[in-house]
Formats: sequence, structure tokens, C-alpha cells
Amino acid sequence: MKLKNWKEVTPGAVCTEAGSALKFKTGSWRAFKPRWIEENCIQCLFCWIYCPDMAIEVKDGKRGVYRYDYCKGCGICALECPGKKGKKAIVMEEEGK
Amino acid sequence: MATGITLKELSKKEELLTGGHRMCSGCGAPIIVKMVLLASDYPIIAANATGCLEVSTCISDYTAWKIPWIHQSLSGAMERGHDMIYICYDNGAYMNTGIQRSSATPFGADTTTCPAGSVIPGKTQQRKNLTKIMAAHDIPYAAQASPSHWMDLVKKVKKALDIKGPKFMNVLSPCNRGWRSRTDDAIMLSRLGVETCYWPLYEIEDGVTKVTFKPREKKPLADFLKPQGRFKHMFAPENEWMLKRAQEMVDKEWGSLLKAEAK
Repeated sequence: MKLKNWKEVTPGAVCTEAGSALKFKTGSWRAFKPRWIEENCIQCLFCWIYCPDMAIEVKDGKRGVYRYDYCKGCGICALECPGKKGKKAIVMEEEGK
Repeated sequence: MATGITLKELSKKEELLTGGHRMCSGCGAPIIVKMVLLASDYPIIAANATGCLEVSTCISDYTAWKIPWIHQSLSGAMERGHDMIYICYDNGAYMNTGIQRSSATPFGADTTTCPAGSVIPGKTQQRKNLTKIMAAHDIPYAAQASPSHWMDLVKKVKKALDIKGPKFMNVLSPCNRGWRSRTDDAIMLSRLGVETCYWPLYEIEDGVTKVTFKPREKKPLADFLKPQGRFKHMFAPENEWMLKRAQEMVDKEWGSLLKAEAK
């Protein structure tokens, strides 16, 4: 990502665009990556409500994919996931493996 | 669900705090902000006092907010009676500047300005009860919540927004850097805070106290302290008195809360 030079920044560095933080990808912070296993998912949406980085998509009330651009790999989703029949629907895996 | 509040319904609303903010991995605060924003059906203006949340969501030219936000301050605003809700995310220290002790730091905790060692065993004073201080302003609504109990939190925000006048909410916000815990346990720890009655869920509406969640079985405080490195020294044999004292503080507050409710 290219940073703006001083001429391109607004006077006083005023933010003129709501939610512009989306342009800043925090996914590179991750050391562990969550993997969603759909067949074990009971659609409780706990992962979505407890995610600190808005990194889980939900469409029409259904659990969607990870937004890996923003996921920092904290692992809260995997810990809170109740899974199905003792099998987690989210597992954490070492990044880059 | 009797309340009509479900995650499925909430998930259809726009997320007003975006990803790409620079709070630490596994931080409790953005989870709380998300829940609060989802609870509102009104247009919101956020006012931030300087802290982690402010500096990490608004870094030069980037903002994670999709709503207007301004800077603000607390006791005076409550006294003047502004029609606003103040939500404190309480992580129990000056985490933003490097984990310095604050008046909200719990008894016994190790911080960078009250380090546990041979001179002192962590913070020697007890935690200031901010929720009760705010309730003492005789405001129409003061409450305590935890992100682990998302529906309780969402219901309290909804209720507060429908009341005219100054409202206050204190929400437990795990901080893995300052609590010396894992990055994935923010929700687990906030749940243990509630289940041990370290962080009781209650509300004071027009002076009437109501405990909104009573654990079936009150867990020993040690369950909440043990996973946190900041309390590690309290588990040394010579510091057994600290565990006992901390438990007594929690029991006393829980007891007085139940008594206030019975009135």
C-alpha cells in the first residue's frame, strides 16, 4: 500500500471519508489463521458478534467467508465456536503453512 | 427468543465500525463498540476521550468510523444533564500508554507503575467503583455489562437510548497486553468476570437496582484471576492472603448489590 505524500493529505489531515480504515489492511499482523469448516457450523453467529475486526462476512443471516485482509488472527472466533458434536467449525492454523 | 433480538437479525444491519482499525489483535474494545452500534436504531454521534480506541481507530487520514465522532468529558456532562449515553470500556489500567496503574485497576494487579515484587505485591488498594460513582449522580440510568453476554449488553444500550437525559454504562473490556493473557480469551475472560461476580451485570434505573444476570453457581474469583499473568504472584504460597482479600471484596460488593435489589 502506497502512503500519501504531504501534498496529497488533506489540510490538518482531516478525514473526509467515513470508514476509510478499510484501505488499511491489518491481515498482515496475523501469525495464526482461522479456517472455517462449514460442515461443522451450526450458524450461531457467535464468531461474527465476537470478532474484534469485523473480519467475518454474514449475508442474509448466514455465516460467510473470512475477510482475511482484516483478520488479525486473535483466535477468539475459534475459542468461542461451539461446533457440532464436539467438532469445531473454526480451527487456527499457523500462517504460511 | 422472547426479546426478538437475535444475532441473525442484528447481522443484517450495517457495521458502523470497520475492520482495518489498529487495535491489538484480540482486543475487547472494538467488540463492545460493534455491539453498541448494532443496538442503536438512531443516528449516532460518538464522542471519544483519548485512549486506545480513539488513537487506534483514527490514525492520520484513516478512520474506522462510519458515524461522526468528536472528542469529549464525564462527571460534568452527567451533572449538567446532557441527553447522552456514556459508555466506558473498562480495561482496568492506562493500557494505551503502557499499562500504568489507574484507580480502576483491581486489587493485587501487577502494572508498570505498581509492579509486583519484593517491595509491593502489585496494587495494594481496591478498585474504584465507577458505576456506583456515576449512579450517585442520580442519573436516570446507570448499568454494567460484559461483551460475553451480548444480548444483555444490546438490551441495555437499547433501553438507555430510549431514556432522555444522561446515561452511563460500564463495560468490562479484556486487554490481553495489560492482563497478560492470550489473544483469544477476551470473551472467555469477560464471561468468567461475570460468573465469578467480579463484574456483576446490573442496572440502576431511576434509583431502582436490578441484577440482570445471576450466575447459577458463583465461581471462585481465582477462576477469573488464574488465566491472567497480572495476578500470577497472587498464587504464590506467601500471597494466599491476597486471594482471600480479593475474594472478600467481590463477596462484599455482590452482597450489597443483592441487598440493594431487595429494597
